[in-house]
Amino acid sequence: MAKMIGAIEVDIETCKGCSLCVEACPTDVIALADEVNGKGYNYAYMANPDACNGCTNCALVCPDSCITVYRKKVEMA
Amino acid sequence: MAEITEDIKVAENIVHKKSSVLTDKVMHYCPGCSHGVVHKLLAEVIEEMGIQDKTIGVAPVGCSVFIYNYLAIDWQEAAHGRAPALGTAISRLRPDRYVVTYQGDGDLAAIGTAETIHACNRGENMVMIFINNGIYGMTGGQMAPTTLEGMKASTCPFGRDPKTDGNPLKITEIVAQLPGTNFVTRQAVHTAAAVRRTKKAIRKAFEKQKDKTGTSFVEVVSTCNSGWKMNPVDSNNWMEENMFPFYPLGDIKDV
Ligand SMILES: Cc1ncc(C[n+]2csc(CCOP(=O)(O)OP(=O)(O)O)c2C)c(N)n1
Repeated sequence: MAKMIGAIEVDIETCKGCSLCVEACPTDVIALADEVNGKGYNYAYMANPDACNGCTNCALVCPDSCITVYRKKVEMA
Repeated sequence: MAEITEDIKVAENIVHKKSSVLTDKVMHYCPGCSHGVVHKLLAEVIEEMGIQDKTIGVAPVGCSVFIYNYLAIDWQEAAHGRAPALGTAISRLRPDRYVVTYQGDGDLAAIGTAETIHACNRGENMVMIFINNGIYGMTGGQMAPTTLEGMKASTCPFGRDPKTDGNPLKITEIVAQLPGTNFVTRQAVHTAAAVRRTKKAIRKAFEKQKDKTGTSFVEVVSTCNSGWKMNPVDSNNWMEENMFPFYPLGDIKDV
């Protein structure tokens, strides 16, 4: 069975922890980290990476363009 | 699975990345500000149309005064409200260029009302982007012409009362009535679907400029979470509940 697997990479230092991506993610992948970045913001990260399908919704709503999205079709055993 | 997630992070699998028209400068906006989303869409449209060296922007006075630091195109900085006047000059002197103005509601619909209306009435060939967050964001959340009835702002802390404060102004509907506009639309950027629609609208506004048939006007109903004193997510919900009934989304004119 083929499945879409996705992943995001957040530019931690550019992220302001606004959490719009957390809200926009349909599969609840993203959360804000307990740690903070250099500016003191709790940055976004993939808390639940297995659920990501690379839909790009998070990156679309991000005001700081700090999310890169990857997607690949993989055959699952 | 976790390994797969790491494995797929290679260039060939990228489906979304930061536009090359955006500079490396970190935007000074508050977390969750709509300005950042619209800047990004503008950059993506310019990149996708391949017009980075053919586009001249006009920056406003307001929170987005530093937009010229964030998009790597040519820029001019206008005096408060005068972006359409400066845009007029640029588009007449350089008809070979795409001209885009970018303004907030205090800029476009208060101090610059005359410039806005007359540029649209003359049908100057330019794209006008209008960020309507219902207040003066930069100066501390004062009431703007666009502030909703009953909406609180720092200069109407008990809510706007039309008896003393006048009525909210739908300037987008006004410019749609003018013969000089060829495309007038109102959009938002609160959800991924809305962001996609706004990008299409900005793209269409730029495409319209190829025919030199007038002003293409894109309003984006926006949030100012700091000024509204809410978090970004609540601001989006508040906007949907309160702004959209008065400022309905969709195309108003397309000729
Ligand atoms: C001639 C002049 N008058 C007043 C000001 C003060 N001022 C700076 S920004 C601003 C309002 C900006 O509001 P808006 O256009 O809605 O943009 P926002 O900051 O909300 O993005 C005002 C009144 C100024 N800079 N110049």
